[in-house]
Amino acid sequence: MSKVIHDLIILENRQPGPEYHVLVCKAPETLPVCYPGQFAEVAVPSSTHAFLRRPFSIHNVDYQNNTISFLIKMVGQGTRTLGQLPTGTVLNAIYPLGKGFSLNQAEPVLLVGGGCGIAPLLFLAKTLKLNGYTVHCLLGGRSADDLVEIPEFRETAEVYLTTEDGTQGEKGFVTQHSIFRELAGFTRVFACGPEGMLRAVALASRAAGVSCEVSLENNMACGIGACLCCVVETRKGNRCVCTEGPVFNVLDLKGWESPQEVADNCPVI
Amino acid sequence: MPDLSTTLHQLSLKNPVMTASGTFGYGKEFSDFIDLASLGGIIVKATTSEPREGNPYPRMAETASGMLNSVGLQNKGLDYFVKHIYPELQQINTHIIANVSGSTIEGYVEVAEKMAGLDHITAIELNISCPNVKQGGMAFGTSVTSALEVTRAVRKVYPKTLIVKLSPNVTSIVDIARAVADGGADVLSLINTLLAMAIDAEKRRPVLSTVTGGLSGPAVKPVALRMVWQVSKAVKLPVIGIGGICNATDAIEFFLAGASAIQVGTANFINPRVTTDIIKGIEDYLLRHNLQTVRELVGSI
Repeated sequence: MSKVIHDLIILENRQPGPEYHVLVCKAPETLPVCYPGQFAEVAVPSSTHAFLRRPFSIHNVDYQNNTISFLIKMVGQGTRTLGQLPTGTVLNAIYPLGKGFSLNQAEPVLLVGGGCGIAPLLFLAKTLKLNGYTVHCLLGGRSADDLVEIPEFRETAEVYLTTEDGTQGEKGFVTQHSIFRELAGFTRVFACGPEGMLRAVALASRAAGVSCEVSLENNMACGIGACLCCVVETRKGNRCVCTEGPVFNVLDLKGWESPQEVADNCPVI
Repeated sequence: MPDLSTTLHQLSLKNPVMTASGTFGYGKEFSDFIDLASLGGIIVKATTSEPREGNPYPRMAETASGMLNSVGLQNKGLDYFVKHIYPELQQINTHIIANVSGSTIEGYVEVAEKMAGLDHITAIELNISCPNVKQGGMAFGTSVTSALEVTRAVRKVYPKTLIVKLSPNVTSIVDIARAVADGGADVLSLINTLLAMAIDAEKRRPVLSTVTGGLSGPAVKPVALRMVWQVSKAVKLPVIGIGGICNATDAIEFFLAGASAIQVGTANFINPRVTTDIIKGIEDYLLRHNLQTVRELVGSI
């Protein structure tokens, strides 16, 4: 499976929430086959402050219209620039990168997304549905503003919602949602979101005896396994999230088997 | 067509564009994007005698026109390199140069000696300038005595082209260059990354797990140009220019400053095709300036 560098053209830039944009982009030639969980390294156009490319999960792929979409949360200068790009802008992207979710699973599966972590789950839900699965999807955020793309998810999945402030869905963290009481009834959990959430989902899945795959969001430079900057500690040693992930089975991740604070390796000065 | 070929000691390069160690993996990471054989040479990721896991995450910080890294020489060690990586490198039809690193002189010598026996490795680049390891690395490259000592020790066991990669984190890079030349180096490459730091103001913590890291990218280019110019004036060995090269104009500037060849590093992360773009751009420049060879530019300032 080969990677391509494309000058994509933004066909549509819609704003599903105050901090979120969906960029629907047309490929200049036939889209390569993409798998849910894979990502693209996107160059921020004419930017002096965003030197490196930005990695984004593939949010949706439409082979008929030859389009690929990215869900972008505006958090820094790079993502803010990308979110404000008008239609017609050329977006240079390297894709598809990394390894995605395992698709051959027994039903039922539960998808868990937090904040911008829902990005790869729409493509995953659509692909699973296409393969005949019934998909259950729990989406969480800090508040209602963080729950985006809900109508799109509802087209393909049974959707459950949760917010930390209770402005939409059940109140609390995703792992406090009532669906988690029925976790043992699922065969597999696929999750993407902040590391603290992923660790909590991993622990709950382990306790329920359910297999769990998570998509990690480590900072990257190259995205193709050359710089070795984005590593995660696995049972086999440090591994690149960009090439051996971003999706990992939590059993392969070192230190994810017991409760702990989100790892922060940086010393306090 | 202008002649892009150049020589570095015993190495004849088809063109002066190579890739910097640690920014190009083992080449195959880029084979979807460019024809590896079109490069003047590939300096592969550093090899140490024993496997190294490198430093904990986070290892990277984006900065103004550049980035910091503190990878810490993660590699699978010499035996793995010889058994599993070398056979793949043999398929690539250009100069493959091994970057040799270590925490002791014995470690450097062991790796260099083994590399000497691998036919398709046509040269080694001695890394005495990595700022991200607690022992060895930059420690060897920041003192005249130890730079001389490690170069001399490796020279004894390595008969092919010996390149030594210099650290910019010194008071006088010319003094180190002279010492390395005295130790028997054939070629000098410079610069490695500049020791630097990034802080997350919101978290009130350093960004990198190691606190400090190495700065690379366009931000370091003027420093690198100055050092290449100083060293090439002071030492008779051929010089390979490294530091923030992103396009053909950057490369030309290094030739003018005295570099016989260049290495492209961080720019590979942003544009995996940047090396072939640079080769084409150098050709265009030579045509535009009515020059027959790239060698005519070298050291003309």
